[in-house]
Amino acid sequence: MSDLFDILLTAGFWAATIRIVSPLIFGTLGELICERAGVLNLGIEGIMTVGAMSGWMWVYQGGDLWGGVLFAALMGSIFGLLHAIFTVHLGLSQHVTGIGITLFASALSYFVYRMLLPDATTPPKIVPFQAIEVPWLSELPLIGEAVFSQTAMTYLALLTVPVVWYVLFRTPLGLAVRMSGENPVAVEAQGINVLAVRTGAVMVGSAFMAVGGAFITMSWFDAFYFGMVNGRGWICVALVIFASWNPGRALIGALLFAGLEALQVRAQQSAGAFIPYQFFLMLPYVMSILAMIVMAKRTKYPQALLVPFRRGERV
Amino acid sequence: MIIERRESVSVWRAGLAPFWAVLASMVLCAFLINWAGASIPQAYGLLVKGAFGSSFAINETLTRSIPLILTGLAVSVAFRAKFYNIGGEGQLYAGALAATYFGTGLITMPSGLMIPFLVLMGALAGGALLLVPVLLKTHFKVDEVVTTLLLNFVVLLVVSYLIEGPWKDPMSLGWPQAASIIDEGVLPTLMAKGRLHFGLIIALILSVLIWLMMKYSVFGYEIRAVGLNANAAEFAGIKVNRTVIMTAMISGGLAGIAGVSETAGLKGYLTLDLSPGFGYTGIAVAMLAQLNPLAVIPSAIFLSAVYVGSDAMSRAVNIPTYIADVLVGVSVLAVLCSVMFSQYRVRWLR
Amino acid sequence: MTDRQPVLEFQGVTKRFGPLTANDAISLSLHEGEILALLGENGAGKTTLMNILFGHYRADEGTVLVDGKELPPGSTQAAIQAGIGMVHQHFTLAENLTVLENITLGTESLFAWRQNQKAARAKLSAMIEDYGLVVDPDALVSSLSVGERQRVEILKALYRNARILILDEPTAVLTPQESENLFATLKAITQKGLAIIFISHKLHEILAISSRICVLRRGAIVGTIETAGARREQLAELMVGKAVSRPKLSALDKGGPVLEISGLTTPGTGATALKNVDLTLHAHEIVGIAGVAGNGQSTLADLLSGLTGQFDGGVRLNGKPLPAGNPRSVVAVGVGRIPEDRHARGIVGDMEIWENLISEDLRSPDVSSSGIVINGHKARQRAEQQIEEFDVRCNGPEAETKLLSGGNMQKLILARALSRFPSFILANQPVRGLDEGAIAYVQNRLLEARQRGAAILLISEDLDELMSLTDRIAVMFHGQLSTARPTGQQTISEIGLMMAGQSQTASMEGQSLDH
Repeated sequence: MSDLFDILLTAGFWAATIRIVSPLIFGTLGELICERAGVLNLGIEGIMTVGAMSGWMWVYQGGDLWGGVLFAALMGSIFGLLHAIFTVHLGLSQHVTGIGITLFASALSYFVYRMLLPDATTPPKIVPFQAIEVPWLSELPLIGEAVFSQTAMTYLALLTVPVVWYVLFRTPLGLAVRMSGENPVAVEAQGINVLAVRTGAVMVGSAFMAVGGAFITMSWFDAFYFGMVNGRGWICVALVIFASWNPGRALIGALLFAGLEALQVRAQQSAGAFIPYQFFLMLPYVMSILAMIVMAKRTKYPQALLVPFRRGERV
Repeated sequence: MIIERRESVSVWRAGLAPFWAVLASMVLCAFLINWAGASIPQAYGLLVKGAFGSSFAINETLTRSIPLILTGLAVSVAFRAKFYNIGGEGQLYAGALAATYFGTGLITMPSGLMIPFLVLMGALAGGALLLVPVLLKTHFKVDEVVTTLLLNFVVLLVVSYLIEGPWKDPMSLGWPQAASIIDEGVLPTLMAKGRLHFGLIIALILSVLIWLMMKYSVFGYEIRAVGLNANAAEFAGIKVNRTVIMTAMISGGLAGIAGVSETAGLKGYLTLDLSPGFGYTGIAVAMLAQLNPLAVIPSAIFLSAVYVGSDAMSRAVNIPTYIADVLVGVSVLAVLCSVMFSQYRVRWLR
Repeated sequence: MTDRQPVLEFQGVTKRFGPLTANDAISLSLHEGEILALLGENGAGKTTLMNILFGHYRADEGTVLVDGKELPPGSTQAAIQAGIGMVHQHFTLAENLTVLENITLGTESLFAWRQNQKAARAKLSAMIEDYGLVVDPDALVSSLSVGERQRVEILKALYRNARILILDEPTAVLTPQESENLFATLKAITQKGLAIIFISHKLHEILAISSRICVLRRGAIVGTIETAGARREQLAELMVGKAVSRPKLSALDKGGPVLEISGLTTPGTGATALKNVDLTLHAHEIVGIAGVAGNGQSTLADLLSGLTGQFDGGVRLNGKPLPAGNPRSVVAVGVGRIPEDRHARGIVGDMEIWENLISEDLRSPDVSSSGIVINGHKARQRAEQQIEEFDVRCNGPEAETKLLSGGNMQKLILARALSRFPSFILANQPVRGLDEGAIAYVQNRLLEARQRGAAILLISEDLDELMSLTDRIAVMFHGQLSTARPTGQQTISEIGLMMAGQSQTASMEGQSLDH
């Protein structure tokens, strides 16, 4: 037990937590935006893969890092548009479309990667985002190293949380997004185009997911591996439920998960002799299921989640 | 743009929908082939030849269609009840674990008993795994898509643990794999040459049985009613939760049998690369079959041919094999679209 | 006709849906300060016309003018900007958001950096004051009563400076007294220069509130009359086309008790939980339950349908306890059920007609062999008989059920429920949303069942229906059921007060306050 506390007191543990949490924040917020508008986006796993591949590839081909982030966001929003055309405009099953998008987007990422790098046996590397030490703050004990010696993308992730909260809860646009997820007929009756609001939300949300994927290859690691998103997208979907569709709680949930993952890496080193590593790797998935069980019955779903809106269709 | 329901949908229009979807997917992949610098007719020619060009190729294609028929059936049954079981991959491995546990020497019976026993155990294991998400759905309203997906990762880690640890075959020269299925449990091959095995017969029989069940039985009626309108089904006295749970058991069981068939029929022992995503491809199989259990057979053979053929094609003209996965992903989306347009029409307004 | 310029004018508006003409060359005008009633049966084209005005549909022909200027078709935004406000029959409110959020949605530029909540609040408070539409701006809509929600809908329109207000069946969910309040509000609104279109099929309301009445039938205008000179019978005939008389009860001696409910209480404390309900239904008797939706009628209906089984107290059918919590057993012991919502609960739209006709007795030997395999031949044969007997207009038993009209769908449900000659029939809003012909059919079938000796419980929000069709009426309020008293001995006004939760003695005072 004392080992555990020792780990919790090291700055390295907290720095790792903040690093691991960044893609989860982007992914969870992206999913949250989609679902607040009434669209479940199970394309998230594939869209994160697209982001991871395309952002990395941009840089590998000679582009600069922020250009890569933007490119990943653009690619994500294109797949978001595809998802929106199917689920919002054609009103098709959000479940099946999302799975289809994931299958398509992941396969296409791998295909493109292999096309551009047919002969690479060991994955080539890029120079990723470097840690920026924030003056003064980074010299604080513990917090300094944990929070204020991260890469720019991590700062961006942390900053995104209040921004998304503000837009959703304090601007007319956010109200329209939330209303689209609660009662699309009411939105349409007020002269706002529900289909446009939902499409926009899904595209923006998907861009977030792709940036989350790009973080993995551009700020955490420096290469693209097959299967590297590894279920993080699904964990984000669970986190949204855990967070009751609230950005602040999403951050807390994501931190819990990231902390758990950082902890398991360290615990593996100390306890790996007794407990096989697979059980540590299982923890995030099992915890996601548990988190959903805890929250599913209590929480208030957006009432129009999964409900397509068709204008002018006779009932 | 207005989307309107057609007053009537002709059998032709509905039946042709999957073919349009396949066509659309092939057109899209043609762009990728073109990008890779290969000639499109040549590439598709190689694909067809690789899948059906020789008795060996046909044998391979049919062999690979076995798990796809079974996971496709699993999905088609579950989706009929609007139970979105995306965990076919995990259930497949659960079935493989059961086959390995019971089939590597724990129990020895004559072949005629041993094989049905392993199939049954695999089905039970697959069903038992799906019991968790289905009970969470019926009792806690937890979305089954996410739980089944997450369980896939958990099961794979369990498999990884077992074949690297307690179940590791000491004879495997360090490779992480489990002991071989005993001879009595191995599914016989169907032809002298090639790997085609008895799993195909099992898969075909199950397709017909599931089709009969869905079309003619009271239980099949109940599954359809629950999927189409759960409230009305409940009002009429159908026990909705029980129906969903039983449907899930059947679905998980079918995917579990796929695991038995791959372990005891094809590979002979359990490894981590037993399934290259058969569980996920099963979704595409079922969607292309429009959830019809009989149509699952040609649908699975088609997608199997895509995989087998694209292996041959990529060797010959240097196109990444992932083209097959792209085609599978696109076909799921395309069939959603084409089925919809067989039922609706779009009217453009100025 | 006055020579003032109309604020709103329809000119030859036509709308077709496939072979059906929903609006046929409609021309009509609306003036400032006027309440124009749009009268018509369900399906006469009222809602379609308003959807065209509001930009949800585009007319195939014709134009809409506001203040003499053409309204761009197909744009809700343009309609709102021209000063048209709509209060839908089914409220368009988001329950998890506040009143203020619901009202301010769409009133500010979507891309503003912040919401001007302070100004919005001030404007809303002033309007609440002006029109007497009291409601708490910060309350969640889910916590509001139906009447309050309607106020929010009206405020929503007024907040956007509507000058033309359209109300679609606004009284359907209100008690008679709440309706009176609404009428007073509407009159106050017109005095400020607004014009109102009031859509309804209830004649007495229309005569009470409107200044002019426009009658629609099968998509066309069949008459426009000044209310002052209008007669009820004349309107009814215009609306329906011929003098249709709804069936009336004939005197009949009641038989022995069939359904006996005593001390029935369900868990919970809310308005929908039943509290010590007593009721006895006899053979040859129709008992009506009046009440505003959400006062426990659904709880009672679910329980009697076998959907829920948690309760204290006794429910006995023909002397034996009702097998509660099991729809199949409930049906088997002789309960016929007509659910409140046809589409949601009554039928599976994507299944064939014969399949829907067997849904309640799947495992009976009539339609399946040993409860495992469906005997499609037998089931189709039985379906054909039932289709014939109940006059379901369709292309045979294998037609898709969702293609049936509302009336034929209800006949299908009647066929399923009544073919087994149930001793007790639960009819929950059996004629809601049907046209006159279908209403008469359903009511006649219920009367036939009464004649044959069934006991019938009729749950309805339409007091006219209850008055003409029941032997006794009880009122449900907050889960409590009043004593069922003979129909002839109660007035609509008395029942209305009880629906609002006022006791018999208080009802006298309430009445004097109203006048």
